[in-house]
Amino acid sequence: MTEATSSVITLHINGTPHTLTVDHRTTLLDALRERLALTGTKKGCDQGQCGACTVLLDGRRAVACLQLAVAAEGRAITTIEGVADGDRLHPVQQAFLELDGYQCGYCTPGQICSALAVLDEHAAGWPSAATADVRPEAGPPALTDAEIRERMSGNLCRCGAYPTIVRAVARAAGAESEVVA
Amino acid sequence: MREFRYHRAAATADAVALLAADPEARPLGGGTNLVDLMKTGAERPALLVDLRDLPLDRIETTADGGLRVGATVTNSDLAAHPEVRRRYPMLTQAVLAGASGQLRNMATVGGNLLQRTRCGYFTAGATEAAPCNKRAPGSGCAAVAGEHRNHAVLGASAHCVAVHPSDMAVALAALDAVVTYETADGPGELPLTAFYRPVGDTPHQETALPPGALVTGVVLPPAPPGASRYRKVRDRASYAFAIGSLAAALDVRDGVVREARLAFGAVASHPWRARRAEQALTGGPADAAAFAAAADAELAAARPLPHNGYKLPLLRDLVVDVLTALTEEAAA
Repeated sequence: MTEATSSVITLHINGTPHTLTVDHRTTLLDALRERLALTGTKKGCDQGQCGACTVLLDGRRAVACLQLAVAAEGRAITTIEGVADGDRLHPVQQAFLELDGYQCGYCTPGQICSALAVLDEHAAGWPSAATADVRPEAGPPALTDAEIRERMSGNLCRCGAYPTIVRAVARAAGAESEVVA
Repeated sequence: MREFRYHRAAATADAVALLAADPEARPLGGGTNLVDLMKTGAERPALLVDLRDLPLDRIETTADGGLRVGATVTNSDLAAHPEVRRRYPMLTQAVLAGASGQLRNMATVGGNLLQRTRCGYFTAGATEAAPCNKRAPGSGCAAVAGEHRNHAVLGASAHCVAVHPSDMAVALAALDAVVTYETADGPGELPLTAFYRPVGDTPHQETALPPGALVTGVVLPPAPPGASRYRKVRDRASYAFAIGSLAAALDVRDGVVREARLAFGAVASHPWRARRAEQALTGGPADAAAFAAAADAELAAARPLPHNGYKLPLLRDLVVDVLTALTEEAAA
């Protein structure tokens, strides 16, 4: 049991290991932005309420502002910088681009990382608070606009681009549907 | 933020020994509440004991047909588990009604139980002019005469009127769940309904856990008979704390209530098991008048503050609506 208040850690980010010394107080968000120059992940509220800092930890979405960097060691971290395949955009990115799923763009990296996970969670059959019958016998819920809105509610967009964000997620899911604006 | 040491526990006994040895140590689950409070100074641990490598991340069926849920199971995994959805749909609904997808992926069952109130005087930092007895015992409670629109109407005291923010724990209260823990002296357990201490004059002492105890999980007895539901009322449609919620299970046969389970959320310092309402309902007719009378029986003890009296009609309507829906579900 060490008395240290800092540690040498290795973070695996977008498939690349990064070794650094962190004060234990450092969040993953600050390690990404301030130490590793991965500034695609945005700092909004810094208290887990806005979703701008959403990244994937072992494939699951999480807010990097409440994740201590030291506790992220050994986990596979995916940031917005790791979403595209080289110059080829991920279908979620492409859909946001084509449908203007943003205005100023600040929340967009978080929206896209969150949307990636929403598609995986839905494919895994996870219900949401918008699902009428959560019992497994009811089968997986259709990814309706109401489901998308509920599942994306952890990502705020102060420009209010929500209608096109919902459309972009629906298109990426291959479930383009009518949106009541 | 205060500097702190960090240790990733390799075994439950390792974590328990560290927590027992240092009163300034805190267990780290998902960190969604703890790290946030460390940023504001409401929590100032000297050591974080990370639980992520412990074998407490499992959901298992018990011999009597219940479920044992480990303390580090994430909210997401709990809500999505087929047996939870099948046997305890109100628990899945309660968990999914809380926080966001990101936070549910991080947050754990143990942390959910032990999360602190979102009373602004506690979280954002009490001042001399606006004190908080949870932050500085004996300093006073600014909420009683201050901002208390979403504060307690039941079981509060002049020392603290904060509410417990969990949705999950409200369902667990209705389901007669039991919290298990480990200490340096051995294991122990507490019914969820006895897990949180009454506020009294010690609002900073929130649970009945012995000092240094590590919550290891929650045991759910077999589900109560009948249909069940968790319904949450909040200021916006998603991603907000409750201003009132109800976990209910109702067994109705031939128009008569055989058994009822009710627990309120966002009304007290802990999930409020509504035993007076249950008693009033049992053996009586399953109709709106009886449901309203049962709610009134429970709420007779309510002591609303100047700005949260709206919760009483809200809770009454919630009881009537949810129990009516469960009765119709049973008839269908």
